[in-house]
Amino acid sequence: MGEVPGADAPFGLLAELTHRCPLRCGYCSNPVELAGRADELDTAGWRSVFDQARAMGVWQLHLSGGEPLARRDFAELVGHAAGLGCYVNLVTSGLGLTADRLAGVDHVQLSVQDAEAAGADLIAGVRAHGHKLKAAEVVRDAGLPLTVNVVLHRLNLDNVGAIIALAERMGADRLELANTQYYGWALRNRAALLPTREQVARAGEVVAAARARSAMEIVYVVADYHEAHPKPCMHGWGARQLTVAPNGDVLPCPAAGVIEGLGVENVKDRALSDIWHSSAAFTAFRGFDWMQEPCRSCVRREVDFGGCRCQAFQLTGDASATDPVCSLSPHRGLVDLVLAGGTAPVEHRAVVR
Amino acid sequence: MTPLSAAPRLRRGVKTAYDETRACHVVLFPEGVLVLNETAAAVVGLCDGRTSVEGIARRLAEEFDGVRAADVAELVDRLVARRVVAVDG
Repeated sequence: MGEVPGADAPFGLLAELTHRCPLRCGYCSNPVELAGRADELDTAGWRSVFDQARAMGVWQLHLSGGEPLARRDFAELVGHAAGLGCYVNLVTSGLGLTADRLAGVDHVQLSVQDAEAAGADLIAGVRAHGHKLKAAEVVRDAGLPLTVNVVLHRLNLDNVGAIIALAERMGADRLELANTQYYGWALRNRAALLPTREQVARAGEVVAAARARSAMEIVYVVADYHEAHPKPCMHGWGARQLTVAPNGDVLPCPAAGVIEGLGVENVKDRALSDIWHSSAAFTAFRGFDWMQEPCRSCVRREVDFGGCRCQAFQLTGDASATDPVCSLSPHRGLVDLVLAGGTAPVEHRAVVR
Repeated sequence: MTPLSAAPRLRRGVKTAYDETRACHVVLFPEGVLVLNETAAAVVGLCDGRTSVEGIARRLAEEFDGVRAADVAELVDRLVARRVVAVDG
């Protein structure tokens, strides 16, 4: 091992305030072991996280979950973050969103499940679609920028053109179309959610055409199982952003809890800055010295950082392996085997209280 | 390129701040942080929807040497591409 590389200050913090959520989407990226209300950091705990994050140089504060509006102290937490000068980004299902809850919020990311209510409510497990259309109006009336987030999968990928049209009607400034990434509940439901190669190709063409004509910014996250090279996951491990889970665990990415033996630490035990700079979890895959071949000598290592550590662990059992979606990985056959497998029905995410 | 007569403005939801940690000005916007050098920070500060690119260049020339309107227009182009600034009409 070479010297552990130093870290720059992080720009963003994803605060998963709670795992509680009125929706039960089968593609949820939350861990299969969900934290209940009793495990959650209290108000003082989150205020301290925000104080420490801002002092470290964090600007973008993403209030997420679960459904962050499920926190009774939501208004207090937003007010505290806004008072620190953070750019407060609310990541919400839209259920329970009213004008008064937007005080102190700078930007809203609103999830939509499909173009039409029937398909959307089927994947969400509850009747939510109509509420989302109203929530978009609330955001626009407040004069805030609106991003519509849509997770794409086998059941809605063919509707991507209608989804883009819906986001335009909702008045979105940005549309994030993210093909499902297989962590947490999505990994459990992978056989049901994986699109076909033909679906992915057709959707790519529809998105490219829409980008060329639409005034809305369209961000497209590719389906990495179908790609030849991995995604530049988190722009490198512990490089720009950190996640705090509902119970105060500090993670390099929202999925990192799946990696066994990572040595995850908690804000109740150690300062956020120490965890970012020098904890085992954050230094494990920072920089390039941890890499194996073929990544170690690859010209793409500074493009994609070896891909995703969680995906490497989940599919090969070794978190320092090349992301197996890479065509250069000796484990690419594992991904091809999954792609050749059959489909299955979607199961909904568990309810947590 | 942005016409010299156009008056750029910050888009909805865009904020500016001084970053003590990094000792520079920053622009904050949905899903992004842009770190600015001194000149860029001065240009962003003048994107008020009333001052033209030419006007911004004149104002900057009072503080900095060798300011060209074409350079300001090019910087505004880059800010438009990052969806930080809008140029109407």
